[in-house]
Amino acid sequence: MPQSDNLPAGAAGHAPGEEPLIRFDKVVKRFGRNVVLRELDFTVDAGERVTLIGPSGSGKTTILRLLMTLERVNGGVIWVNGDSLSHMRRNGRLVPANEKHQREVRKKIGMVFQQFNLFPNMSVRRNITEAPVHTLGISREEADQRAEELLDMVGLRQKIDAHPTQLSGGQQQRVAIARALAMRPQILLLDEVTSALDPELVAGVLDVLREIARTTDITMLSVTHEMAFAKDVSHRVLMFDQGRIVEEGPPEQIFGDPHEERTKEFLHAVLEG
Amino acid sequence: MTFDWGFVGEVLPDLLLGLRYTLLATVVSYAFALVLGLVVAMVRRAAPRPVAAVVHWVMEFIRCTPLLVQLFFVFYVLPSVGVQLSPLTAGIIGLGVHYAAYTAEVYRSGLEGVPRGQWEAARALSLPARRTWTAVVLPQAVRRVIPALGNYLISMFKDTPLLFAITVPELLFEANRLGGQYFKYLEMMTVVGLLFICVSVPAAILIRFLERRYAAI
Repeated sequence: MPQSDNLPAGAAGHAPGEEPLIRFDKVVKRFGRNVVLRELDFTVDAGERVTLIGPSGSGKTTILRLLMTLERVNGGVIWVNGDSLSHMRRNGRLVPANEKHQREVRKKIGMVFQQFNLFPNMSVRRNITEAPVHTLGISREEADQRAEELLDMVGLRQKIDAHPTQLSGGQQQRVAIARALAMRPQILLLDEVTSALDPELVAGVLDVLREIARTTDITMLSVTHEMAFAKDVSHRVLMFDQGRIVEEGPPEQIFGDPHEERTKEFLHAVLEG
Repeated sequence: MTFDWGFVGEVLPDLLLGLRYTLLATVVSYAFALVLGLVVAMVRRAAPRPVAAVVHWVMEFIRCTPLLVQLFFVFYVLPSVGVQLSPLTAGIIGLGVHYAAYTAEVYRSGLEGVPRGQWEAARALSLPARRTWTAVVLPQAVRRVIPALGNYLISMFKDTPLLFAITVPELLFEANRLGGQYFKYLEMMTVVGLLFICVSVPAAILIRFLERRYAAI
């Protein structure tokens, strides 16, 4: 449980024992003069599935990228499991996190990208085993076995020795999901994972994710335009606009009975479009 | 003017000895340039900004001054600050550093060609920095630049006669010596040209082959 003494921004109290898995605390992110997130506060509990929706440029992807430490915050703190992503404790004081600290915190988080980002110079097997072997230090046999199980789960066991370029986009994305899961993350970040796919390949990827949601207790944070998928898997939907949460609630409410005008407009545009 | 083949046959062993120096200087300098250029490209990409900037300007300086001047500098000026090098060593260092400035640029373009998503995926998997470079980034970057690097091998080979100027007994040095001794410059310079072709052409073919082989990822 982090102490609130030296926190860069007001780390307002959360009741003891109820510390959420992820906590954004007045997080500010700017790109140049463009403010993407304005003092954003929100939390995600362990095991929760949260979907971020909203128009492009509203800061949804930035939230995932901040969690993955692909971007740095300009203000506020992001807490994961009680550790700050951007700060670490040294002699009782909070100082900017070094690479080692970030790597430790990051190990709990996996990410699947819009563009898959598989390593084209490696086979499917090595794509999946590379990090478990070299980051977690598990044996090659164990990593191999885990890769096979994960490929079974995503239905691509027969492609284990193929190279990414020999796979369709949907298959690549399923391998990317397996690769992220091979690290046994507590949190899975899904960044518009079907946006780059041909329409007929979308269902296969979403089915895999539904299956993961059904069979594991992994915490999922997704940015998606697939509203049906969001409705199926999420416990909570956050509607973003201009770096702020406009509305949040269970999917039935957000999609069935949105209160805010902005949410109605957005859903109308997406569902009609 | 007649072409004296008999003379060529007589001195060929001496010329081949010179060619050995030429090849030795090329191979060692090239290996040096490949490694140093890669280090430079990585420093420019990953080191703190001031360090990267200094390295950048040093390389820029090297690319903007003639190789011959650099060779003279290494061989004739360094001894005055106590660095005494044999002609061959001085030549290898001069050629290697000079070409490193070029290979560094080639590697830089190769590194820039690796999509940002590859770095991000490596980071998302918490791969150690070393592993990110050796397993993810470099294999993709180097593949792309094999043809360009190969062309520098041939350029460098053709620049080795400059070592003549710092008394390395390479092919041109030998040919010039023998040509002067027997006044057979026609034969000697012709043979030098032919020997260079004998090495360059197969090397070029080999590079085309590698290019085709590594072109597709």
